[in-house]
Amino acid sequence: MRMNMKDSKSRLEGKIAKHIATLPRSGIRDFFELVNAMDDDVISLGIGEPDFATPWHIRESAIYSIERGHTSYTSNLGLLSLRKEIARYLAQDYGIEYNPVNECIITVGVSEALDILIRAITEPGDEIIYHEPCYVSYAAEIVMAGGVPVAVNTREENNFALDPEDFRKAITSKTKAILLNFPCNPTGASLSMEQKKQIADIAIEHDLIVISDEIYSELTYNERTPTIASLPGMKERTVFLHGFSKAFAMTGFRLGYACGPAELIEAMMKIHQYSMLCASIIAQEAGEEALKNGMREMLKMKAEYQERRNVITKRLNEMGLKCVTPSGAFYAFPNITSTGLSSKDFATRLLCEGKVAVVPGTAFGKCGEGYVRCAYAASMSDIYTAMDRIEKFLLTI
Amino acid sequence: MRKNILRLLGENARISFREIAERLNISENEAMEIVGEMEGEGIIKGYKVIIDEKAVADNVVRAIIQVKVRPEREGGFNNIAKRLSRFPEVSSLYLVSGGYDLQLEVQGETLHEVATFVSSKLATIDGVISTATHFLLKKYKESGRILHDEDEYERLKITP
Ligand SMILES: Cc1ncc(COP(=O)(O)O)c(C=O)c1O
Repeated sequence: MRMNMKDSKSRLEGKIAKHIATLPRSGIRDFFELVNAMDDDVISLGIGEPDFATPWHIRESAIYSIERGHTSYTSNLGLLSLRKEIARYLAQDYGIEYNPVNECIITVGVSEALDILIRAITEPGDEIIYHEPCYVSYAAEIVMAGGVPVAVNTREENNFALDPEDFRKAITSKTKAILLNFPCNPTGASLSMEQKKQIADIAIEHDLIVISDEIYSELTYNERTPTIASLPGMKERTVFLHGFSKAFAMTGFRLGYACGPAELIEAMMKIHQYSMLCASIIAQEAGEEALKNGMREMLKMKAEYQERRNVITKRLNEMGLKCVTPSGAFYAFPNITSTGLSSKDFATRLLCEGKVAVVPGTAFGKCGEGYVRCAYAASMSDIYTAMDRIEKFLLTI
Repeated sequence: MRKNILRLLGENARISFREIAERLNISENEAMEIVGEMEGEGIIKGYKVIIDEKAVADNVVRAIIQVKVRPEREGGFNNIAKRLSRFPEVSSLYLVSGGYDLQLEVQGETLHEVATFVSSKLATIDGVISTATHFLLKKYKESGRILHDEDEYERLKITP
């Protein structure tokens, strides 16, 4: 047996593509395994998805799709009726107009949209700038497409917004695109209108593509500034990525979309048609229902997140973990340097001793050291208990 | 702000002033004041508990009773409705549109008790034309709360 195992191992060694073999596992994954090994009494603030089940009317419409036998492939771009609904929604709520016929593609989550977009634009050696701390997939997606990820740090003193000058400094002759995610996972940061304008100007000056992952945009607790795609000269170079996972609590439906210049959407469609064919029709029909009739439930969930945000930031600050008030998404990103512990040690000890799971900031990039991510997509009573536990834990270190 | 506080109290009437304050980003004193005002103005009429009646030993029998009444020239349905609402057996009472006029929810300890209430008190009132009594068999949802068991669905503990 042992011989066999060894054999099979050596047989595959060197067979896995180098750029994949050397790709680090997501820091989230490591921590996930640690948390899973713990008993049940742990309260998790580590979940990057809504704790709400999908609103019933949306679930019901998915059931109805199946009942009617709508179980086929759809066109590669996705149901035209859904694309039209998306175009209407974006025109109405985001102030930007897209042609549903050729400027919009339905994907399997924003995840797939990101993947096919980056593959569509990246040639070997192309640099793509993104900001850290950030969603765990960005750097890996760029590497898998043969590009070079260039991280720009965002800082607490700017409320974790991207400083346009830092962006400018990172640009080289190889820069192809910049990838933005505001409101941001894991910091909850947003960009001001002024910052968006400056970033847009720099992108235009250097003729860069702008990828704007706005998956958390509905969950903006202050006034939402217009998308960067809507600024003058930006629509023709921006791909707007959005989906249903967060605001409509539809992570399991795996549904997202990209809107942008027809040429780019066409290029993305090619990859999509050969690798994915289309998003699930059941999810697409449910997405249509969400956009048509889901605003009330969505706003209810948003109001609830906002209250949780108020509670969690107040409590964290009161117990001495300095925490910028997040302006969007459902993450708080407190500074834990006052404890003298590293992010990883803090998170590990809090898990084992305090029975609360948070994610070390370093899972979202090197500059996340000194921070942890607390997701407040958890019930209010869990948040209260978790805060009490963290407060008690702090007294022991 | 009043609306928000009422929403929180509607979800959990025992919520603390501190939690109200923290959730809505106001001070505890403000929360207390606003609730006090609403109690004073009669916007908040009381605080109620939702009970799983199976779990408490005492028997409770509930019925919904649809009542047709003859409206009066002066006062319409008001006088008779007010009169009916004084009976402690009546736990709620609505004037409704449709095939009948008043909908009552009546509660007693035994079937017999409820039936007696209907036949001897309700049906005999001048102006009551007819009654239809529907005994409640099982409660699935009350005051926005689902009461039948749904299996807890376990999410992954850590996701990106
Ligand atoms: C910033 C960001 N982008 C994209 C995704 C992936 O979303 P989807 O479920 O649409 O694939 C997530 C999920 O956590 C996210 O946080």
